[in-house]
This record gives sequence, structure tokens and C-alpha cells, in this order.
Amino acid sequence: MKLSVWTYEGPPHVGAMRVATAMTGLHYVLHAPQGDTYADLLFTMIERRNHRPPVTYTTFQARDLGSDTAKLFRDACQAAYDRFQPQAMIVGASCTAELIQDDPGGLGEALGLPVPVIPLELPSYQRKENFGADETFLQIVRCLAKPTERTKRVSCNLIGATALGFRHRDDITEITALLNDMGVEVNVTAPFGATPSDITRLGAAHFNVLMYPETGESACRWMERNLGQPYTRIIPIGVGATREFVNEVAALAGCAPSLDTDRLRLPWYSASVDSTYLTGKRVFLFGDGTHVAAATRIAREEMGFEVVGIGCFNREMARPIRALAKEICVEALITDDYLKVEARISDLAPELILGTQMERHIGKRLGIPCAVISAPVHVQDFPARYSPQMGIEGANVIFDTWVHPLVMGLEEHLLHMFREDPEFNDAAGPSHHAHGAKQVAEIADSTGAHIIWLDDAERELRKVPFFVRGKARRNTEAFAEARGESEISVETLYEAKAHYAR
Amino acid sequence: MNTAAPISTGCTQTPLLRERGQHEVFCGLTSIIWLHRMMPDSFFLVVGSRTCAHLLQSAAGVMIFAEPRFGTAILEETDLAGMADAQQEIDREVDRLLSRRADIRRLFLVGSCPSEVIKLDLAKAAERLNARYAPKIRVLNFTGSGIETTFTQGEDSCLAAMVAAMPNSDAAQLVVAGGLPDVVQDQMLDLLSKIGVSNVRLLPNRSSDQEFGIGPNTQVAFVQPFLGETHDILVRRGAQPIRAPFPLGEQGTTAWLHAVAARFGISADHVDAVTQSARLRAQKAIAQASEPLRGKRVFLMPDSQLEVPLARFLSRECGMELVEVGTPYLHRDLVGQDLAEIQNGPTLSEGQDVEKQLDRVRAAQPDLTVCGLGLANPLEAEGLATKWAIELVFSPIHFYEQAGDLAGLFARPLRRRSLLGVAAE
Repeated sequence: MKLSVWTYEGPPHVGAMRVATAMTGLHYVLHAPQGDTYADLLFTMIERRNHRPPVTYTTFQARDLGSDTAKLFRDACQAAYDRFQPQAMIVGASCTAELIQDDPGGLGEALGLPVPVIPLELPSYQRKENFGADETFLQIVRCLAKPTERTKRVSCNLIGATALGFRHRDDITEITALLNDMGVEVNVTAPFGATPSDITRLGAAHFNVLMYPETGESACRWMERNLGQPYTRIIPIGVGATREFVNEVAALAGCAPSLDTDRLRLPWYSASVDSTYLTGKRVFLFGDGTHVAAATRIAREEMGFEVVGIGCFNREMARPIRALAKEICVEALITDDYLKVEARISDLAPELILGTQMERHIGKRLGIPCAVISAPVHVQDFPARYSPQMGIEGANVIFDTWVHPLVMGLEEHLLHMFREDPEFNDAAGPSHHAHGAKQVAEIADSTGAHIIWLDDAERELRKVPFFVRGKARRNTEAFAEARGESEISVETLYEAKAHYAR
Repeated sequence: MNTAAPISTGCTQTPLLRERGQHEVFCGLTSIIWLHRMMPDSFFLVVGSRTCAHLLQSAAGVMIFAEPRFGTAILEETDLAGMADAQQEIDREVDRLLSRRADIRRLFLVGSCPSEVIKLDLAKAAERLNARYAPKIRVLNFTGSGIETTFTQGEDSCLAAMVAAMPNSDAAQLVVAGGLPDVVQDQMLDLLSKIGVSNVRLLPNRSSDQEFGIGPNTQVAFVQPFLGETHDILVRRGAQPIRAPFPLGEQGTTAWLHAVAARFGISADHVDAVTQSARLRAQKAIAQASEPLRGKRVFLMPDSQLEVPLARFLSRECGMELVEVGTPYLHRDLVGQDLAEIQNGPTLSEGQDVEKQLDRVRAAQPDLTVCGLGLANPLEAEGLATKWAIELVFSPIHFYEQAGDLAGLFARPLRRRSLLGVAAE
């Protein structure tokens, strides 16, 4: 057992729902007790879908357990087919049904429905949401995709976008346009927007674009082996990655690389003098492995930040994230425990957090600005406006999103100049944020209770800009402690500063 | 045919449409989200799966970030393999939890579908932990599993467990059963003291210091309709239930106060005298807020068991016509008085087959459908106005001062529809 208050990922059957809801003409029959329908509202509320997810729940109750829950499942399956007339069905168990061992796959098959019924094995007590989505899509592809003659014009499939995916809707639009500019057609986008009959046409594409490894990699590997389709390895998030992605696509498509950069603004915005103040801003990144890896590159090479820590919650991506961390000489944090993430952030005292909605709340608590780069996200990160993360427009969106929570360059300068001024004092914080730097005091709080700050040193510490003060305080205390000193003077403060100077 | 029925029995004789099938409802675990706020010295530890934890965070929304006093001990593969370990695992997690949270005085072990199916004995665990932590911490257990409880029944299950653990007492007292937001609770206590009822006990009580006993001189008034099990155990322990409509709306509140007063030998005239200004205020507020509701047809889907009292309020005080009143469970001892006040006519349904019920909604084309969040947006997209039901459990809606707000909750979706100039696509 493990005590948990907040989880980054849902159970694996929610991943299966993300695939089912992304598609049309597919129906999911889920052997589950009353209450599991809560997951419907993730789709109808957070993603604001105007249809119910295509999921039928058997809703078994305690009094059914002694008798025939298998019959309940068969009836629900038949009723769902009769009512919705899907092109294909997926069937599986939620965590509770996994314990009663009714074998939805076998039961579904025995019904003899005139459409494919695809069984799902999702181990609820070992795996999580992303695995559920990846595995479900793999099983659908395995069951339905067949070798087919390739399209005459060079084409590819877009693989991995699902319901409840972070900016999946707009990433598809952006990448489709980018590929069209190169003369590459999109054969099928799946699972997002695909029907089961579209899945049977996957084999007609010349290659696959793997948009999101978390939810599409297994299917891409299977298609590589069984349909002879290579797939792209580079995720086109950020300017550099997009350029490399274009080269990768060109090689696979046998065409010349071309990228229309008319609307690309990130490089100039980042080069303009107002962005100078971004140099060396200390950033901590957390989220799913794919977005963290992409964001790390943007942060370092395109924004000029200093990345002080990275991590991911999905252990499927632990290896690449560890390798990347080693490469940039920071420690990787692979955990799904938000308290550990909070402890790391508080320890590193970064000036900006790039993470999920949970990191946004941690940031709020610690008084550190934050921008969201990865699921899980709240309703506000399924925006009405066009906001991709991938490609050219994605880079523009990312520049704006990351810079917005920071104190603007001129504003930061004024904060230094007029430190004691009532309008520009520390507590004022960024002018566009209602919640102030009152919380900053919290991270500035001392950790070593037995170390005394002399008045002069305390006054000097107040002169350190508030967003690095916590770090300065902690470093100084650690420095004093290491030297066996119990008092901190101005002298100690500057000794420590010299010691930690980078 | 309906007109032949005497008005005085209202809907009490209406045949009940019982349905089995897919239920689009929350399980009882959801109750924890408001229960933990009403008992600030308590912690709710769900023993369940990742699904349970995910449900709680999805339903609790941003509340999860405010250091909530609830959590899930997520069962792992190893817990399922060797059942003997499970009890030790619970002990270890509880020890860790209690050492971190020194402020906890009551700990609830909450059963879930997985823990019920593998027959994990939480009662035994509670007993053992009680022995270890008494008297500082009281450990109780109840079930919030979906296989046994629907949404608000989780509160019922919790309160019944609390009653079972109470000592006997012969004290003459009024117990008010059912959780309420602080502000409403204060208003209620104020009203009760004005009409002259003293020695009022609250279930749930805000803190473990306010423990009380139960016995034959205990009178019980219910402010929530979903407390069937709590009602039954209170009656078994000798308490005397007061039958009354629920204090929703001006009429409901007045009838509730009259019933309580009658039990204590207080005259109705006295009640009317001390509540006069509040009643007028409530009537005026309802009249104003319910203006868009008059003559409109409403369909209530099953959710919280509040549906019957709400239907009474909407039809009697807001002038709405009832199409169907669905409830997950109909407890006639509790909602009988409200049923009697509803004019015969609407379909009364218990349980759910959501597809068939949606067919009835579409056929009836009601002006307003009260339903859960999984259905609201899809119905809106079909052109049907909805009021999402969960808000009715979280918001202060009881007693006089909230009567106008309650009508307002139903009127808002209709007002919004008339304001929006651009049709949704």
C-alpha cells in the first residue's frame, strides 16, 4: 500500500477511455462498479466535449457479486452494440472487475457480434493511464491494421494524439500543415478523430509520425515490424527540434526539407534586448518525459535559461530523462509523488517552474512563477484559442507562455532600483499577478534553526533580490554549518556568496 | 385518472419505476470531499485503488491542493497476492500518517470496491488501531464503495458508523442529523433557540470533544434526505425520529420547524411569530429568483437523493411542472412528507438505466434537466438546458436565508440561455 493524495496519472482504463473517446465509431464496454463513470466528466468538463464518451459501464453492485456478473457483462455488451452500432468494440475490466475475474475478452468474443471485439488486458494494480492508452491503441492497431498498397503520393500517419491530451488538437493542425508544405499528405491521424475503418487503412502510409511516444510508441513499433513503416523519433517541439524533424521527414519521404518560417517569431523575440534579462534564469522542469525533454532543449538553447533540474512522473520515460539529465549535469527526479517534487523545487529554489497543474500549485505555494508544459492539466489548458506546442506556431506560443509569468525585464530593473519604494518593493511582485510575493517569505524561511543571523547580515540579506533570497539564505546557512559556525555575519554572507559563485 | 387521487396524499401512492442498468453517478467515496470539511479534526483514509484516488482528485478539483485531510492507501500487486500482509500494511500507513499529522483526533478507514471484493476486514483494522491509539484518537470504519453506496450514501454510511460507536444516554435532547455548511448550521441553531428548543446536538459534530450519547429521550430531526441507514440505527437505539419535509425553501423550512416544535410541545403560533420576518424575506427572495422558472418543465435525474425534496420545492414554491423525479434510492420514512406535498403527476423512478432515461429526457424535451457533470454538456449540445446536480450538495441551500439562492441555482441556466445571443455549435 502507498498513501497518495494526488496522482499524476489515472488508472489504465482511463487511458483506454482516452483512446475510445478520441475515436469515432468505436465503443468501449467496461466491466466496472457504480461510480467509475466519474471519468466521463474529465472528458465532458475538462476537455468540454459535447458528447458522452463512447463507454458503457456494467455498473455491478454488491448484490450481483454472488450471482452472475458475467451475464451482466454480456447483456451490457449486447445492449451497447444494439444501441450504438459501432464499427468495432473494445472490452475490458476496471480495477475492481479485474479482481472478480470475469474475462471480458472471452465473454465479448462468445457473443458473436458482427464487428471485431478487441479484448484489453490492463493491469490496474501495476500500470497507469499512459500505459492504458498506449496498450489500447496497440491492440486496436494489431487487430485492425493490415498490409495495404501504399498511397501514390507520399503520405504518413500521425500517431499518438488522444482525448485529454495536452494541446493534441492544435498540434495535429500545426503538424498537418507543416507536412503539407513539404508535399507530404496525412493518410490517417489516430487515434484522435479516426474510425476503426480508418485504422484498417494505416498500412497505406509510407511512414509514421510518432507525435507522442507515451501513447503511440507501441503501435508505431508494431507497424514498423508488421507493415514495414519507419517512424519519426524527433518530437517537433521547439525551433531546433522542428528543424530536425523536418530533416527527418524529408529523409523518410525522399523529398527536400523545407520549412516556412514566415511566422516564426521565437528566435527574434529571444534575441531582442528585452529578453537579455532571461539569461541564466534558473528553471526546474517536470511533467511527462516527452514534454520535459523537449522543453529542456528549448529552455537551454532557445531561451538561454539555466536548467537546474528535470524530472518526469511516467517511469516509461525514466531512461531517456536520466540520460538527458546526465548530459546537462543535473539530477533527474523520477517520481509520481508530488511531495517529492515539491521538496526538490523548494530545495533548488528555481526562478521559474515548467510543469503540470500540480507544479503550478506548488509554485503558487512557494511564490515561484510557473508555466504549464504537460498533462495533467485543468480546464484552462484546453483553451478555445489556437495554441499548439509543436512546430512554428508552437514555438511562438511557448515563448509567450513561459515569459508571461516572469517579472518583465524593465519591471525587474525597477524592482532593483527602488527596492524600498512602496510601489516597487519586493512584496509587489509581477504587476500582472494578483497573488503577491508574500509567500516568498516562506521559501526565504531559514532551514537551520540553530544558526543565528546577526542583524547586519539579516539587513544585507534583504538587499538580495527576493527571487534568489531563499537560495542565498540556505546556501549561507549550509556554508556556515559546514564550517561549524553558529552565527552569520555580513562577512559570512559574502564568504558564502564567493564560495557558491558560478 | 391522476386527478381522482386526493391531493393530500400527493405522490405517496404513485407507482415507482425501478430500473437496473448503467448508473451515471458517483460512488460514496465522493462524500469525503464535504465530510472532511465538516469534521476538521478527522482524517479519511480510503483503502482502495488508483481509480479511487483519481476519482477523489477529479471530484475535489482544486480543493486537493489545500492539504486536505483525506487520502488513498493505494493497493498494489503485492497486497493482492498475500492477504495476510494487508492488515500490517494498513498499520504501517496509519502510523506514518498519524506521526505526520498530530492534529488528527478521528480517523476513518473507508472501504472501497477493491477492498470490499477482496474482503479486507477494515472493522478488524479499526478495532486494532483503536486499541493502539485510544483515547487520543478514535478509529472508525465505513464503506464508500460503489458496489454498495451511491454518492451521498457515503455520508449516511459514515454517520451510521459514528452512531454505532456512541454511548447510551437518557438525556433529553434534539439531534439534528446531516452535514450542513457552517453558516447554515449557525442559522439553524439560531432558529431552534428562538423557538425554544435547547440541548441541540449535531451529527456529524464538528469536533470529537462534542461527543454525546443516544437513547430513548433523543429526538432526531433530519436535514438531509439520504440518511436511511443512519435513521435506522438511530431508531434501533431508541431515538425518536421527527417526520417532516426537508428544510428547503420557505415552506419546507417552516414545516420542518413546526414539526420539531410540535415534538417539544411548542405552539405553531409561537414558531410563526418568531420566524415571520425570515419567512417574508425568503418568500420575497424566492419570488424574485424563481421568476424564469414559473410554468417550466423540469426533469430530475438520480444523483443525491435530494431530488424528492427539491422537486417539492421546485413545484410548490417555484411553480415548475415536474416531468420525472429520479432518485438513486427512495427512503419513504425520510422523504414521505415531501412526497405527500408533491401533486401526483410526475414519473417517480428509483435506480437508473441511463440510456433509457436519456431516451425519456429526449422524448419529453424538458425546459430544464437536473443531472450530473458527465451528462450536462452533452445534453446542452443537444439543445437542452441543464443544471448540474453536484452543486446542490456543495452549496448552502437549506433554511430561510438560502431559499432565494436555491431557486437562483435553477434559474441561472435559463437566464443564461436567454442572455446568449450566439447559438452554440
